[in-house]
Amino acid sequence: MEVFPRTSSRRLDKAVETFMVWVLRAGGWASVLVTFGIVITLVTESWPFFREVPLIRLFQDTMWTPLFAQPQYGIGALLAGTLVTTGVALLVAIPLGTILAIYLSEFADPKFRDWVKPMLELLSAVPTVVYGYFALLSLTPILQKIFPDLPQFSMLSAGLMMGVMIVPYVTSLGEDAMRSVPMLLREGAFALGDGKLGVGLRVVFPGAFSGLAAAYVLAISRAVGETMIVAIAAGLQPKMTMNPLDSAATVTAFIVQVSLGDLPHGSIGYQSIFAAGAALFLMTLGFNLAGHALRRRFHRAT
Amino acid sequence: MQPEPLRTLQEGRARRRRAIDSNFRRLGFFLTLSTLGILAILMLNLAMNGLARIDWQFMSSFPSRRAGEAGILSAWVGTLLLMLVTASAAIPFGVAAGIYLEEYAPKNRWTAFVEINIANLAGVPSILYGLMALGLFVYQFRFGQSLLSGGLALGCLVLPIVIVATRESLRTIPSGIREAAFALGATRWQAVWHHLLPYSTGGIATGVILAMSRAIGESAPLITIGALTFIAFLPPAPLISHAPFVSVDWLFSPFTALPIQMFNWVSRPGEEFQSNAAAAGLILMVITLSMNAAAILLRRRAQRNITW
Repeated sequence: MEVFPRTSSRRLDKAVETFMVWVLRAGGWASVLVTFGIVITLVTESWPFFREVPLIRLFQDTMWTPLFAQPQYGIGALLAGTLVTTGVALLVAIPLGTILAIYLSEFADPKFRDWVKPMLELLSAVPTVVYGYFALLSLTPILQKIFPDLPQFSMLSAGLMMGVMIVPYVTSLGEDAMRSVPMLLREGAFALGDGKLGVGLRVVFPGAFSGLAAAYVLAISRAVGETMIVAIAAGLQPKMTMNPLDSAATVTAFIVQVSLGDLPHGSIGYQSIFAAGAALFLMTLGFNLAGHALRRRFHRAT
Repeated sequence: MQPEPLRTLQEGRARRRRAIDSNFRRLGFFLTLSTLGILAILMLNLAMNGLARIDWQFMSSFPSRRAGEAGILSAWVGTLLLMLVTASAAIPFGVAAGIYLEEYAPKNRWTAFVEINIANLAGVPSILYGLMALGLFVYQFRFGQSLLSGGLALGCLVLPIVIVATRESLRTIPSGIREAAFALGATRWQAVWHHLLPYSTGGIATGVILAMSRAIGESAPLITIGALTFIAFLPPAPLISHAPFVSVDWLFSPFTALPIQMFNWVSRPGEEFQSNAAAAGLILMVITLSMNAAAILLRRRAQRNITW
């Protein structure tokens, strides 16, 4: 361990201290600046779009074709794609993630759990472009054997893959929440004669519910914002459809599709991706804030 | 019929509960293994389709219209340089913010706001960082569709990961260490620099590795700033033969990166391009998974070795 050098004077120490406080504070500000950067960019760059396109048209039009000669601005066509792919993903991730969370927290050997949890988390570390590749070239052909009419691009395939990606969010956060339910509650239920699964479902699950709900909400936010899987496997054509067997673009896929082309600064195409981005930001912000509020509530309760 | 005695009834129920429990245990175990199996299938699939493509020619060639001649030279060099920019943006600011929030920040509304802000920032979709970089770095600051714009976008993206990791590893240090330093007359910064930072290097390093592995695999923000173009050249070298021997020209060079190159190949028809995509994907997977494994092991070691 280092001894403080004797030569350092009290005055110098104080000067260094003041200087470092400012340096460190600047780091804290940087994170705020990033948020401001995102918000201000989205607002200023999409401003001309919203001046040209009355808000009502976003909900009246049934197609999203801002780049056509006679443009339509029905953002519902993009939201439908996001809604369906997110829905499919949640149908995989919530049941599977919750079962795994109950199993790992109530049943599994602690040593097994300590190994499995980081391994599961690797699933969310896989680059999403790899998931997209797998969904398009492996999963879709398999699904086409079950649904012969399934097109090459489908929201079902992309959604299922996205579900696999977000399972670790649900499992990891959910398992943390369940394990922080006090042991006394479990012991009480065991004393009344309930089995392990009964205790898990009737005592631990309700006890950890706001923590689990936070996990679900944060998983939804991930699914809504996921880009590469849907851009590769769900198709790039905006379409007002709720059929998962169909192909349709999501909000994020639309941004990718426009970015792939030549994009002059200030064109309506350029402005439209910022408008889509603003919609995406508002949605995920809502889910994130709700998720964190639920988490805080859970931590206060236990 | 005789009514069943109470004891056998209870035993029957207990047996049924045990049966339900052991069935669920089996289901949970099976589902855990099958979920992990997906990871194995992904790796196997990539290896089967792409391993044959990986050779010296693939690593040292530029992308090409002919799939058999194409390679990832500009892609891996681009990824490497991007990570350089990302790390030099995210690590200093992230660690500074972490130290400030954990050791200095007063408990007031502004601090609460900064904390909520960081939590939300961690959940902002990556593509929005791309839109910010497009509007702000590419056009407002006139960095162009360059390594600098891309690296800064990824740096902003992983900033929350570094901040959270720094805070968590500072939090595990008992307050006695701080108090002992203060008792010996250390200023707050001296306590941080001589004691808290050295003790939390393991945790911070874990966070930094995870952040970099996240950044390596990201493609959406890079596509948004317009990086998906045909790049058949390398950025100018950072070291040059004449004074001042260091050049920053590479920062403003257009670039491509591994995940974008893979995306480009996935979206092309033809099996040859798809095996190129698999090869690039395999390399990406090996890099990200081994970085994650390293982070897990590092965290374990740090936890095991420290007893306060």
